[in-house]
Amino acid sequence: MSLVKLSVSVLAVTAVCATGAFAQSRENVQITGSSTVLPYSTIVAEAFGENFDFPTPVVEGGGSGAGRAKMCEGVGPNTVDIANSSSRITQRDLDTCASNGVTEVMEVRFGYDGIVFASDVNGPAFEFTPGDLYNAVAANVAVNGAIQPNTYSQWAEFNAALPAQDILVLSPGTKHGTREVYDVRVIQAGCKETGAYDLFLAVAEGADDRAKQNAANAKCVELRTDGRNIDIDGDYTETLQRLDNDKNAIGVFGLSFYQNNTDKLRVATMNGIVPSTESIATGEYPVSRPLFFYVKMAHLDVIPGLQDYVEFFVSDDMAGPNGPLAQYGLVSDPELAATQDMVRNRVAMGPLN
Amino acid sequence: MTDATSANVPAQPETSAPASSLLLQTDRMKRRNAAESRFKAYGIVAICVSLSVLFIMLWTIFSDGVSAFRQATFSFDVTLDAARLDPNGNRQRDEMMRVTTIGYTGLLNDNLIVYLNARAISTEGVTEREIAAFISRDTPARLRHMVIEDPSLLGQTIRFEGFATGRIDGYLKGRVTRDSAERDTNISVAQLDLADRMVDDGLLSLKFNWGFLTNPDASDQRPEASGLGVAMIGSAYMMLLVAIMVLPLGVSASIYLEEFAPKNRWTDLIEVNISNLAAVPSIVYGILGLAIFINFAQFPQSSPLVGALVLTLMTLPTIIIATRAAIRAVPPSIRDAAMGVGASKMQVVFHHVLPLAAPGILTGTILGLASALGETAPLLLIGMVAFVANYPSGPLDGGVLDPATALPVQVYSWASRADPAFIERSAGAIIVLLAFLLIMNILAIVLRRRFERRW
Repeated sequence: MSLVKLSVSVLAVTAVCATGAFAQSRENVQITGSSTVLPYSTIVAEAFGENFDFPTPVVEGGGSGAGRAKMCEGVGPNTVDIANSSSRITQRDLDTCASNGVTEVMEVRFGYDGIVFASDVNGPAFEFTPGDLYNAVAANVAVNGAIQPNTYSQWAEFNAALPAQDILVLSPGTKHGTREVYDVRVIQAGCKETGAYDLFLAVAEGADDRAKQNAANAKCVELRTDGRNIDIDGDYTETLQRLDNDKNAIGVFGLSFYQNNTDKLRVATMNGIVPSTESIATGEYPVSRPLFFYVKMAHLDVIPGLQDYVEFFVSDDMAGPNGPLAQYGLVSDPELAATQDMVRNRVAMGPLN
Repeated sequence: MTDATSANVPAQPETSAPASSLLLQTDRMKRRNAAESRFKAYGIVAICVSLSVLFIMLWTIFSDGVSAFRQATFSFDVTLDAARLDPNGNRQRDEMMRVTTIGYTGLLNDNLIVYLNARAISTEGVTEREIAAFISRDTPARLRHMVIEDPSLLGQTIRFEGFATGRIDGYLKGRVTRDSAERDTNISVAQLDLADRMVDDGLLSLKFNWGFLTNPDASDQRPEASGLGVAMIGSAYMMLLVAIMVLPLGVSASIYLEEFAPKNRWTDLIEVNISNLAAVPSIVYGILGLAIFINFAQFPQSSPLVGALVLTLMTLPTIIIATRAAIRAVPPSIRDAAMGVGASKMQVVFHHVLPLAAPGILTGTILGLASALGETAPLLLIGMVAFVANYPSGPLDGGVLDPATALPVQVYSWASRADPAFIERSAGAIIVLLAFLLIMNILAIVLRRRFERRW
């Protein structure tokens, strides 16, 4: 059959071509990790490809934890060079790395990301404190000095200054790097503010004070499951879609996402501070987190352009206060100069403290 | 006729006519007829529901996506100042590379303002920074590339075409309105007024956007410049490789199982396994591909080759099932006749059975390829759901090993970006994907109609 002969010969030709090309190593930088860092990383990758003679790096999303795990798989051209991360690397990741031969990792903090609360643009304005959000979404709240299951159905029930609107909060799902900062900076802070933390601590069980505090914190971050708090496991576009369908909802977004959708969203203040790159840089706005990427140092002189990409990323042209990343919503790191020195001198990160 | 029978019915019990007649409706008959008409009604309702869902889906996709094929484009005179773009004046590529896109952005902005003044277009209420925000960030990069490739352009004044930014583009397409601009920090009403004046002058216009089909992906800051080029090449490479690998494997496996293999417990086991594999979720093949092709065989990540291998594994069971059905549909009398005139088993299969089964095999293969074309989940794990801005090289230069994405992947990654302009792009990509699927399905139908034989 001529068809069979044709396909067999084409297969053979392809196989020969393929094996010929395998011999050479990878030419492009390969990056993976956090979907929060992804837009920043693509902006830099694109500008890097345009202005240097190296190919444009390939950037994948997929999540901070998955990205770090992928970086720790080992050393070699078929492993990734950089893991983007919206939370700090853990000791467990570092142990995995070390056991797979990835001994030296460079930690680059390139800026901060704000977490904002926003509602439909035509709805009323919200002025929150962490305590308000705790009262809205926690499973158990403090009422008159006692812990009770949360039965609030309107914002005005616990804070007369807030509108009498049904409570519906779209929280980031537990898979998100955002969830960590949400739990710590909003829910746990609100737990302390409303006095629920002290009540939890009083009845907490544990061997020592530290164990008791951990138990109380764990009680704080239990969220209600009666439909007034919804965990969104997708990305911010899904949150926006849900908010569009239910105008009462309050969504949790990244600052950059909000800045791209100011015509649909009205941002809420936190402790009276409007979130903006300025108020986050000065630390006035409380809900923000650092953004990192981790570089596999064994690849620095192996993959062409890796060192140049990392230096370009932290340069003032990119990550500086007037660079394109800041325009997109990144809060520039005040210690960027120190990071630039660190990158130039290729300093590996020390043990976690 | 129904009128006549129904008119007869009430009269029936009174007359002592024959106990049963075919012309009369008994109660049982009525119940059976009613059940039949109810069933027909359910069927019509089911079809109406599916049709309306399909219609709603297509309508949303097309109303969002058709505008992606048009793009607000500037066309104005740019003077390529040699002193700015080649400070040392010796036209050396290395030295010209030092002027980055930032330098070219400044040049373009200045030229646009000069051009606006020359055409006497009022820029009242708009700052220079806001005028600069009209030009896509992709435009300086294209101008820089043009100049570096052809330094003789330096010093000349050329007519340059560049994209406008996503918000201006959205205004020309009706996505951005004056109401939304008032609330939007990325655009002001004054800028929209200026855009109106530019359109009146002919400086800014909506043009057909070939770039949407040919450009590579672009970052979140320049939705207007993003295109499907890399995704289409990646999908094409994968479909080519899948077709090359899946046809010989699938056809030879089916011929052996159907014509030569003895019927025993082993072949039964194989048969059950093939049917089971056809129902395995596609993501499982992605995990398999990551373990075998990337971690063990050390094939490069994000490459169409690995994608094609994974998709081949995924479509193989479907194609074996379709091919075996096609071979089984060839009547045994043909085999018997060939055997009767002294053909060997091999001759029977290759001279008679396979040519007669070919249309069915091709149809099955094309439908299998179509489902592979729309697959995203297995590609997620082998690194093809990524931002790839460089075209892979040609198929004979090892292009199947270069990083690439695929059409459904592009739909997914655009749908999750922050800038609202990407919603339009995402829907536009769906239209392109649907067009390819439609072409493949039509091809399958035409092949079947043309070559099918009935006995």
